[in-house]
Amino acid sequence: MIRRAVAFLDERTGTAPILKKALRYVFPDHWSFLLGEVALYAFIVLVATGVYLAFFFVPSTETVVYHGTYAPLQGVEMSKAYESVVNISLQVKAGLLLRQTHHWAANVFIAAIVIHMLRIFFTGAYRKPRELTYYIGLTMLILALLEGYLGYSLADDLLSGMGLAIGYSVALSLPFVGANVAMLIWNGEFPGAPDFWPRMYMAHILLLPVAIGVLIGIHLLLVASRHHTQFRGPRRTERKVVGTPTFPGQTPKSLGLMFGTTSLLFLLGGLVQINPIWLWGPYETYLSTNGAQPDWYLGWLIGGLRLMPPWEPSAFGYTFVPNPFWGGAAFPLLVFGTLALWPSIERRVTGDRGFHNLLDRPRDAPWRTAFGSALVTWVFLIFVAGSADRVDVFFGLSYVNQIYAYWVVIWILPVVVFALVYRACRQLQTKELLESDHRRAEIEARAARTAT
Amino acid sequence: MRALLRVAVAIAAFALPAAAASQPPTGIVRPADEGSLSLEQLGAQLYAGNCASCHGSQGEGVTATAPQRGAGGIQGLGPPLVGVGAEAADFYLRTGYMPLSNPHEQPRRSRVLFSERELQALIGYVASFGGGPPVPEPHPEQGNVARGLELFTSHCAGCHQVVTEGGFVTGAVAPPLEDATAVQIAQAVRIGPFIMPSFSERVIPADDLDSIIAYVQASKSPHDAGGWGIGHLGPVPEGMVTWLLAAVLLVGLCVVIGTRLKA
Amino acid sequence: MRQSLKSWLVAAGVLLLGRRRDEKDENARVVAPGPRNPGRELAAVLLFAAAGLCATAFPVIYALDRLPRPTQLLGLSLGLAFAFLAAALIVLAKGVVPEEELEEEYLLPRVHDQEEVAEILEQSTDRITRRRLLGLAAGAAGAAVGVALVTPAVSLGPVFDMSQYYDTPWERGRRLVDEKGKPLLADDIETDVFYTAFAEGADKDAVGSSLIVIRLEPAQLELPAGREGWAPEGILAYSKICTHAGCAVNLYRTPLFDPVEPGPALVCPCHYSTFNPATGGTVEFGPAGRPLPQLPLLIASGGELQAGGNFSAAPGPAWWGVRLRKPT
Repeated sequence: MIRRAVAFLDERTGTAPILKKALRYVFPDHWSFLLGEVALYAFIVLVATGVYLAFFFVPSTETVVYHGTYAPLQGVEMSKAYESVVNISLQVKAGLLLRQTHHWAANVFIAAIVIHMLRIFFTGAYRKPRELTYYIGLTMLILALLEGYLGYSLADDLLSGMGLAIGYSVALSLPFVGANVAMLIWNGEFPGAPDFWPRMYMAHILLLPVAIGVLIGIHLLLVASRHHTQFRGPRRTERKVVGTPTFPGQTPKSLGLMFGTTSLLFLLGGLVQINPIWLWGPYETYLSTNGAQPDWYLGWLIGGLRLMPPWEPSAFGYTFVPNPFWGGAAFPLLVFGTLALWPSIERRVTGDRGFHNLLDRPRDAPWRTAFGSALVTWVFLIFVAGSADRVDVFFGLSYVNQIYAYWVVIWILPVVVFALVYRACRQLQTKELLESDHRRAEIEARAARTAT
Repeated sequence: MRALLRVAVAIAAFALPAAAASQPPTGIVRPADEGSLSLEQLGAQLYAGNCASCHGSQGEGVTATAPQRGAGGIQGLGPPLVGVGAEAADFYLRTGYMPLSNPHEQPRRSRVLFSERELQALIGYVASFGGGPPVPEPHPEQGNVARGLELFTSHCAGCHQVVTEGGFVTGAVAPPLEDATAVQIAQAVRIGPFIMPSFSERVIPADDLDSIIAYVQASKSPHDAGGWGIGHLGPVPEGMVTWLLAAVLLVGLCVVIGTRLKA
Repeated sequence: MRQSLKSWLVAAGVLLLGRRRDEKDENARVVAPGPRNPGRELAAVLLFAAAGLCATAFPVIYALDRLPRPTQLLGLSLGLAFAFLAAALIVLAKGVVPEEELEEEYLLPRVHDQEEVAEILEQSTDRITRRRLLGLAAGAAGAAVGVALVTPAVSLGPVFDMSQYYDTPWERGRRLVDEKGKPLLADDIETDVFYTAFAEGADKDAVGSSLIVIRLEPAQLELPAGREGWAPEGILAYSKICTHAGCAVNLYRTPLFDPVEPGPALVCPCHYSTFNPATGGTVEFGPAGRPLPQLPLLIASGGELQAGGNFSAAPGPAWWGVRLRKPT
């Protein structure tokens, strides 16, 4: 039976040699090598649930009066887009499950990318010959942020409308071109022409997902063609990769992870409420609510926007840098720019241009580890600053004082972290060196004893 | 990671005393022979012992130009109470906003230290300073929740958050409304405690006020069709669930799947 | 008939209960022999059954109307189905499927192939005499075609027309109306409260339309020079759209007891930019780089509030030309 199927396939496609290779392709073992897979599976869930949602969503800002089943919105004026999301949530059977699963999958997708990327960074997996894989991964992270933001914005509820206003302001703030760029995107001043919503929709369900899908394909092809990196270990060298074959060993593991991820996303989608837009109400430009926040993956930007002093350099009537640019554009550009340049910076500083199939442990590269920790600390502090208002409401810690404290802390703490992590790495290295010396000495002593 | 932990500890250490500071003031001054006093006498004595240092012996108020020393050695400062009526006295005393240990602090909801009889005595005494509205009698059952949402969004959500979870205003906190009773909402809307605007009958007529109260009451048990409501604050708790629950579980799953069984 | 039924049953029984015997010599195998673990195999079978059961519940729950909490039940059934699937596969992965450790070579750079590719590319063009000119011509043509293909994108919006950013519906005499279109009367404006107003007849959502209107004691006002008479009876109107990031300024901080409480302020809830209404909307705290634009007011003979002109500056978030011109 199996033989006949294989024969059928090979005689018509000639794929037996490729199949043989694919089935016995070697996956090095380490749990952290599975993190990227989690992101992939979340993406699959996103596409599947997103297709369902697209059947029901109406990308239009035309005004309607709500007469659905939800009493607290009865007779309220709203856009068709918002109405359709309320209906998906409260009237379409299983609609809310799919919508919430979609939203949780988006949150988890980006979280998984970030964790995966931390692993890549701190083990030096981006080094030659895998720079392209790294750049593509970074690009996907940026696209995923944009994709998530558009999805969040499409619902046209009070929170997302405020988020869109901020996005508009950040676009507008680009020095010398912002107002023109915003005109192109919105086809008019905020809230934009009626064609803005279909544009967002098209980008959300076609342009960006296709771009991410294609990049995932290239990303995986590159991983496979260069083989996966591995940690140092018995028989594992720069020349030889050791691990489990795709089939039978890796397949049930990967499928198990895929189903596990899917399971978690559906359980969250069914049990934990996310973005209950029917509670927020519809958006108008002249309405706002306290405590409006973007999804977590843009939280670092709201932190940047809130921390920025009222600095807006201008002369001769020209405003060179409108304020939202600092926190909303310059800050992420700096972070992503640093990440993009890091492989070449490291190459230049260390002069290391060799092939690296063996991974570093974080302690093996103290400078990199210290720098990465400092960068993460910096971004994380600004991220936390974005929820200082909630801290004030819950703990009574003055928001204004918190902001002033952050002005100092975000510059000092990364330096402290850098120094501490660097020292910790060095100490671990020394300890290991001492231990291995000790062991060698013992072995030699024993050998000497047996010889006499 | 260790450094982050240290920050968390530092923040916690910083936050706890602050939270403790917002606890209600300890103790009030009571006449010894409370039971034998008439309501009027009791009100007068309680007022003299607990309120007069800031609001003046006749409810004339204490402004910065005429400082007085209060019982606790704190400089007394407070607005006049003539003409505020039972409405305001009832609100401030039954929410535990008053008495306030430090006049420079924002009054916050805290445990009410007066007994019901003491409250009645004190409210009656403050009302007797003259004028002022009585305790309001709202009818939220006649309100319309949908209209209430619209009104709440345009007048209140900016500070109190659209699902009444509270919020921040530069220099103050707009409290969450989960403990606010219908009467207290009606009072707060009219009085405008601390830095809150005060909305008169002309701005928010009685029927609109009923709708707003109906909405606030409804928002205490929102329609959580999606499951666990995680505080109705949107992305902040959602991000916490993403990282502290989902990401932890998924990394754990990776560890379980990715670690070889030792033969 | 009976015979065939019997053989079917036997076949089914063998399929269900029978275990496979190794047919080949152990040494000639490609895949290493797996561990024998009937217990785990059974566990996996049971887990698959549980997954199937949970998944079957989904259409049942879907079909049943009037169940309490349908989203939670649907999520549970699907989530648990996938959880059991995952568990079954993990059981299979650990102890049923053979655990092998294979070795493979990392690919080394194939210098010879690289050389050949380079030669192909070089030799294909080395007889061309005017390489640079050809390259230049092809590049120019490509660029031109590229520009041509991108040109329709300019139709997306009026990319060079910045006038919209200065346009507001306000002009001298335009009435202020509330959300329902009712004109605002000066006598109706009280202190310690805020009003949202719009330009009569204009789109309420337009950035230049919405206002936040308050009344302060005239003695409190310290408006900048040139704004004399902009606040009749102390009534002030500011653009409701924050000059920082375009959210609605929907917070009015107004002290009940001035000596100990912070003074009047208009606050945006997005990034807490805080504007002082008494001094012409200047920034007191937060990231906003410009004051809130003020609209001069008039009280018409009927007591109606009207605009006395246009905003003090272009409303809305900042862009490169926001300070270049006054709004029109």
